[in-house]
Amino acid sequence: MAKSEKGKKKPKASNPMIEDDSVWVLGTHMTKFGRYPNQDAVDLASTSSIAALKDGGVTIHDMDVFAAGTLFQASSGMAQQVQKQIGQTGIPAYNVSNACATGATALRTVMLSIKAGEADLGLAVGVEQMGKMGLLGGAGSKKEAKVFAPSGRYGAVTGTDGYIGTAGMPGVFAQAGMGYAYENDGVGFEQFAKVAYKNHLHSTLNPLAQYQKEFSLDEIMGAPVMSYPNTLLMCCPTGDGAAAAVLVSGERLKSMPKKVQKRAVKISASVLTSDPWTSSAQVQPDVNTLTRNAAAQAYEQAGVAPGDLDLVELHDCFATAELIHYDNLGLCEPGGAGDFIDSGAPFRDGRTPVNVSGGLISKGHPIGATGIANIYEVATHLRGEAGDRQVKGAKVGLAHVIGLGSACGVHILEKAA
Amino acid sequence: MTVKQVPLVDYLHIGNRPYLNAKACTSCGARFFDRRIACGNCGAQEFENVRVRNQGVVTSFTIVHRAAPGIPAPYVSAIIETDDGTSVRSNVVNCEPDPERVKLGMKVKLTTYSIGTDDKGTEAIAFGYEPA
Repeated sequence: MAKSEKGKKKPKASNPMIEDDSVWVLGTHMTKFGRYPNQDAVDLASTSSIAALKDGGVTIHDMDVFAAGTLFQASSGMAQQVQKQIGQTGIPAYNVSNACATGATALRTVMLSIKAGEADLGLAVGVEQMGKMGLLGGAGSKKEAKVFAPSGRYGAVTGTDGYIGTAGMPGVFAQAGMGYAYENDGVGFEQFAKVAYKNHLHSTLNPLAQYQKEFSLDEIMGAPVMSYPNTLLMCCPTGDGAAAAVLVSGERLKSMPKKVQKRAVKISASVLTSDPWTSSAQVQPDVNTLTRNAAAQAYEQAGVAPGDLDLVELHDCFATAELIHYDNLGLCEPGGAGDFIDSGAPFRDGRTPVNVSGGLISKGHPIGATGIANIYEVATHLRGEAGDRQVKGAKVGLAHVIGLGSACGVHILEKAA
Repeated sequence: MTVKQVPLVDYLHIGNRPYLNAKACTSCGARFFDRRIACGNCGAQEFENVRVRNQGVVTSFTIVHRAAPGIPAPYVSAIIETDDGTSVRSNVVNCEPDPERVKLGMKVKLTTYSIGTDDKGTEAIAFGYEPA
């Protein structure tokens, strides 16, 4: 995407004005993603919440609003369960579920309360405990029918997964990528595999990643095929983890010590979109249109162009997904996602580093946590605290998630000073 | 004695000349295969049945090797754009599940096949697209 028409870049003042109605990340945390057989989601969410509060130099008693995101425990009252662990202060608590955009939506719930003037400070946490759930989407829908009788919105007489294409996630996202390959030159199995090569390579520098192992391109392309072209090493794992963020209004931040202000990270854009109607999305989720819409709105809100981004954390649930989002987020020339990965641009030392955390493919994807974990990652780089994987001098970053159905969250963060 | 046949889904018309039936919004022309309350594009509430063209091209596909339990794999799942511009999700059948054989842009046409018989002797008929 080119610069938005109103895309005049805001002057980057060396002595930044903190606008009263702006919203900032004051503290943030993520647990290492992985397997926690001896803890439950409440433990993970509570641990991360307390750590984010501590990181921001505040306590639960300072919070005016709380939102907790989880997908698979959406009806468990996660927010209240966490409150019972970390402090029952009686503030409004929201339970949030929005597919893979759950974390981003929880963050926005807190942000909207601050924007509305109901709150000065708020806490958002995202959590998931998936264990080894295996393949998501369409699982086990083909039970042998005793009697073929029509039911459901399509009048199906038995399960349709596997008869009417695939509903499994590796396949759905494979089709998303192959649709891009149909429309654009220079995109094939190897380009998709290179995405996974890059993210596995990046993960070796991230101690919080579920997997931290480099694989060669040959190993990736030669791994067991899940849904062509996605091999096992091109798919995100299931896992457990939590991430949290404390948000503060600009007005309140101004009254805080300079040292605190310096570590705060500005949320320059916060956007949530759903699917506009497109004809093909009746049969195959359209992950492109709502991402493009979200990106356009976010760049406009922030007054930032794709070329200004120092790092991007995007939703690489599968390697095929990451490649098409280069184009959807305007990181490459239209149709040029294949060239973009071939050129090395999204590698950590490239023009626009993408998923230096290792991405969902290696860092992991405990679903409810993902949309806050990417905020943690970007904020940590902007603060210059990302250790070995630090993108040097990072000032502006973008975090993107997409949940099928669909929901897309895009946040643009900017360094304070 | 003739075996009773039913379509796998209600938008499949079976018989000697099978085809897919779409519900087209009379206001904006948007096409759907599911039961509708209103049009997702324009919100209008009137639909007419339209017969979808049987010919189309593969605009995307995947070869599913790791399927849910009970589903024979590998198989080819694809998005077909029919000659009248309708998007259909389907398996590609009568074609080896091999990236050397399934091609983007490949011309295909609708076909039907039996997926089994239930306890009452009713046979379910599914649709797929085969190389044209």
